[in-house]
Order: sequence, then structure tokens, then C-alpha cells
Amino acid sequence: MHFFDDPHIDFAPQPGQGAPIWCGEAPSGFALRHFAESVRRGGGRIAAIWGTDCRRTGEGFHLHCVFGCDPGHLWVGLDLPADAPHYPDLAELFAAANRMQRTTRDMVGIATEGGDQRPWLRHGGWPAGWYPLRHDAGDPPEFANRPTDYDFVKLGGEGAHEIPVGPIHAGIIEPGHFRFSVVGERVLKLEQRLGYQHKGVERLFGGADLARGAQLVGRVSGDSSCAYAWAYADAVESACGAAPPPRALALRALMLERERVANHLGDLGALGNDAAFAFGLTQFLRLKEDWVRLNAKVFGHRFLFDRIVPGGVAVDVDAAALNAIVEQCAAMEPAVKALRALYDEHAGLQDRFVTTGTIDRDLAQELSLSGMAARATGVLLDGRAHRQGYTPPPPYAALGVRPATDERGDVAARVAVRFDEVFESLRLLRLLAVGMPAGETRVEPAPLPGGRGLGVIEGWRGEVIVGVELDGEGRLARVHPHDPSWQAWLALEFAVLKDIVPDFPLINKSFNLSYSGVDL
Amino acid sequence: MIPLLRHIFRTGILTEPAAAATDADGIEREIGRLHDELLAILGRALTIREVDAGSCNACELEVHAMNNPYYNLEGKGIKFVASPRHADMLLVSGPVTKNMENALLRAYECTPDPKLVVAIGDCGCNAGVFGKSYASCGAVSEVLPVDVRVPGCPPTPLAMMQGILAAVGAAK
Repeated sequence: MHFFDDPHIDFAPQPGQGAPIWCGEAPSGFALRHFAESVRRGGGRIAAIWGTDCRRTGEGFHLHCVFGCDPGHLWVGLDLPADAPHYPDLAELFAAANRMQRTTRDMVGIATEGGDQRPWLRHGGWPAGWYPLRHDAGDPPEFANRPTDYDFVKLGGEGAHEIPVGPIHAGIIEPGHFRFSVVGERVLKLEQRLGYQHKGVERLFGGADLARGAQLVGRVSGDSSCAYAWAYADAVESACGAAPPPRALALRALMLERERVANHLGDLGALGNDAAFAFGLTQFLRLKEDWVRLNAKVFGHRFLFDRIVPGGVAVDVDAAALNAIVEQCAAMEPAVKALRALYDEHAGLQDRFVTTGTIDRDLAQELSLSGMAARATGVLLDGRAHRQGYTPPPPYAALGVRPATDERGDVAARVAVRFDEVFESLRLLRLLAVGMPAGETRVEPAPLPGGRGLGVIEGWRGEVIVGVELDGEGRLARVHPHDPSWQAWLALEFAVLKDIVPDFPLINKSFNLSYSGVDL
Repeated sequence: MIPLLRHIFRTGILTEPAAAATDADGIEREIGRLHDELLAILGRALTIREVDAGSCNACELEVHAMNNPYYNLEGKGIKFVASPRHADMLLVSGPVTKNMENALLRAYECTPDPKLVVAIGDCGCNAGVFGKSYASCGAVSEVLPVDVRVPGCPPTPLAMMQGILAAVGAAK
């Protein structure tokens, strides 16, 4: 079948129980570019880009592009010759493609024809021309790890100056560099330089078994461990033709929603704190601690690491535990409602939130933004909820998820969406706990040599995507985890424009993006 | 303002005291005991600069949790500071990435002597699931002298408080 009336690429649906995905191969770079133009014209977005070295099996390189559209995700492949691995620059069509393409070159050594050629993940730790994800890369060459200059875009003019921030930030957060160009306090431009958290995760997947893959993928971004583990499990199950039992799917959703609530609670508190309202931090961190303590009691881990595995889940819960979850949800709802009322009525807080860090709906779509930040601009995009032409995967299809949206696109909107999503997740948790199906919690997926699959999960930030390719022995040949922060970091660069430097921490926290998730 | 004050009053003091040894896990008793020991050893404030040198961010979630009202670290004079120049201790999560190696070394050099280094998390202690690679120097001790290691993936707030206590106790 064809999408966006584009005749070049023929798609077939991916088997499995996960989110709806169609796979197709672009016959040429020209066809890929043409298709990308059709996607853009049709209101679609770029979801992920990565590359694979297939030369071991006598082929060349393979480029993977995932596009998002109303019915689901389109996974497009493109074969590239081993001696000249180039493809057309998609960043002209989708700004968010820029950093993904630069990463693909740093890691695999396949580059765009033209466009931004600055390195992204490669700082000074290894030499240009050595590509970690090539099968014949071997050990890294001896190389002195010296800090490198980065070619920031400079702004001129009278009174314009730069404020460099990071990689080590003032607070207890992950490292990254922000380069502000300002006049007085007004931000004229923000340019990010990330990659400081790059610890070589993708290379570790090569040759690993499915269990080791699950362990690694759950640690790509610790605050989204469940989302990654589930997306990976979906991809593996699709690649191996395994179907997890209904109880496993319900337990996965239970854990994913608990992860969503935990993160929203923590961020709502931190948002108060960044507007000098320490009361909010104390109150919300208290609720979050109650929340993760029950995680530890019921699932055996405060952040639910290693609980979602290929084939199902690694933990079962009894009736008493489900009851405890229902009771906690019942107690949490009035507690959060009371705090919301205090937030809403606090003039000083609202003064900081309202109209700060605004992005509008058009910009969100232009930047291929997904998740909470996109919904806060009025984009009705939630992988758990029904929309025109889209049916969410089980168990969400039967839950009737009501996506939270707000039209304003500012910090206040992201706060409002987070509150609404907490309440919706509490409702879903009760439905899941009360209606928990009986039966098995796991099937053992038999690794299928040469299999491949894609998983997409609506994490608390946005869509988490994991692509999996198995080798001839059924081990992992290539795994690419994609964080929604890839797109959202770009949105943050726009959100700070027109605001002043002291608003940045607040705006940043309202997104609370992952560094580790994009630095890999 | 009145509803705010009322809410604070209703919430009460949640910091788990030594006397309230009611929790089945003994968490409350343990927090109270740690507070008493920290105060006895320090007698005054301890300042910590947390450096994420390559973690998956879960360690940082637990460092934040140490400041929630249950553990109330700051209430006992243990404070997280923005500059290493103001710090007595570096609390470092890992694995130390190649891209963070230089920044971590500079933070260490900026920290005044005598200084303590506590490595947190399995990755900070022994490189964890990521190991040493082209992109990772491995454990924090590969880059800096480490006084105390707090394993865990991630370590609980309680384990980190014990680690901080052990480092301070050994230095006294």
C-alpha cells in the first residue's frame, strides 16, 4: 500500500501487537527524498533516523528513516553502496533531522549530500574517520582526549554577547552545553551542544543476546526505563513473531502509567521551585516518594527497571498489591487536586508560567515534536489514544484514553497538561488494576535469525522508538533507541526566544528533556 | 496565602525521626539515626557538588529524592551547591564518558582541599552495564581518587546517605 499518494515506496504492515507500523524500502535516494517531501506536504513528521552497517553479509550500508503520520509510523529503508554511502539531506524538509543525520555520520560513517557536516556526538574522544558502529571498527585508535572547539553560529551587532553554560550545570541535572546569544537579558538565540553523556550504548547492543539488550535499553534514559523496555520488547516480539499474554500487556501499561505519574509529580514540584515556590517542590517530592516506595513494594524497584522484558514482564502482582495501587490512586487524586488549586491561585507563580517559553502549534509540527510538549500546543497526538485513522495498541485500545491538550504552548500549558495527564493516568491505573486479566505473564520469544522490528511507545515525554535487527544467529545485530528529546531539544531552542535568561531554567524544566536519551 | 499556610500545617513534618521506628522496612529509624550521626560528625554544614559524568539520569532522580521531606538532607545542613569551589565533596555518577572526562577533572581541580569524592551507582563504582569502551572511561575511580563507593542501580537515597556518612566519618 501507499502513503501520502507517493508511488515510490510500497508499504506492508509490520506484524505484532504493538503500535501500528508499516515498512517499506526506498528504491533510491531520490525516491526517499521525494517521499519525505510528500510526508511534509501531508503534515507528517520525522520520527527517527539511524544507519546500519550491513557489509558483513556482503551488502552495503542501510539507512533507516521513521516517519510519523496519522495512521501510525512508516519505517523506510534505503540501501547505500559500501563505497559511497551518501543520501539526500532531509534536514531541509525536517529541521529535526539535522542532529540525527550528523549522529548517523559520527557513528556509522554514512553522510548526507550537502547540509550541516559538523560532528554531533563525536567531541574529542576519538578521531574523525573512525566509526564506532562499523562492524570492522575494532578497538578505538590511541587518541588523546582533548576538548574540541565547536562551530557555534555567532551573532554580531552592538551589545550582543554570549553566555556559555555547561557542560556541568548549576543544579543536579545531566551535562550539556548551552550557548546563549543575548542583548542585555533578552535571549536572541540559544544553541545547544550535547553529546556529553555519550557512553557508547548502541555499540554494546551488537552481538548481545535479547536479555542483555533489555538490560541496556532500560538504561538509555533512566526516567523512561519502562517506555524503552516496552518499545524494545515490542520490536523484539515483532521480529520473533512472539505474542505476549494479555496480563503482561496490562502489567506493562500499569508500570508505564506509574512511570508517567512519577515523572510528572517530580517535574511539577521542580517547576514550582524554579519559580521560587519551594513549597511546591517539597509537597510534590513527598507525593513522588510515596509513589516510588509503592513501586519498590509491589514491583521490587523504585523506578521499575528490568521489569518489562521481551515476551512479557518479569514480575507478577497479587490481588493485595493491585488493591494497594487502587488505594494509592484514590489518595493521590485529592492530594494533587489540592496542590493544583494552590498553583492555579498563586499569582506570583502564574506570572512566571503564563506566556513564558511559548511555542505554537505550527512550530511544534514544523519541528516534528511529539508527546506532552506537542499536546501543550494543541497537537492532538498521543499514541495511547484513538484519533482519526489510528487505533492504539492493546491494552490502551480498550481503555479509551483521553489525551490532555492545551492551546497556549507556554510553560503554563505544559504544567496544565502534566496535571491533566496525572489525573488521566490515575484513572487508567485504577481501570487496569481492577480489570487485570488472569493468566500467564510471559512467553519465551524464540530469536528469529535475520528478524527485525520496530516498537513505538508513548512515554511520559513523548514517543520512544526502538528499532531492532537480529543477526544470522538470532543475536542483536543493531538496536537504535530514539528519545522524543531529539525533537524537543530543538523546540526548546525556539521556546526561549523572546524571553530573558532567568526564565531559561523554568522553560527548560517545563520540558525536562533527556540528555542521556539522545547522547546514547 | 491562607490556603497555602493551611496546607503546610496539615502536611506537618514528614521527616522520619529516630523515635518513629514503625516502618516495617526500618527506613524511618535508619534516616533518624543517620541524621544524628551526620550531625555528630560534622557539627556543621557539609556542601556537595553533584556531577553527572555520564549516568542514565536515574542516579540523579535519587539524589533529588534525598532532598525530599522524608530524607530531608538539607534540613540537617547538608547542602548541594552550584560551584565545585564551594564544595567539600563531589558526588559523582558514572560511567565517566570520554566527553565528560575533561569537565569532571576540571571540577575536581576547582574543589578546594581537603575534598571527598563519593562515586554513586553501579556505573560510578565499577562502570556497570556500560563498561569501558571507546566512549566510556569506566568507573569514576579511573579518573579521580574515590573515597567511598555507593553501588546500586540506582542506589537508594538511604544508601547514598550512608555513603556520604561513611566518607565524612573516615575523613574525620
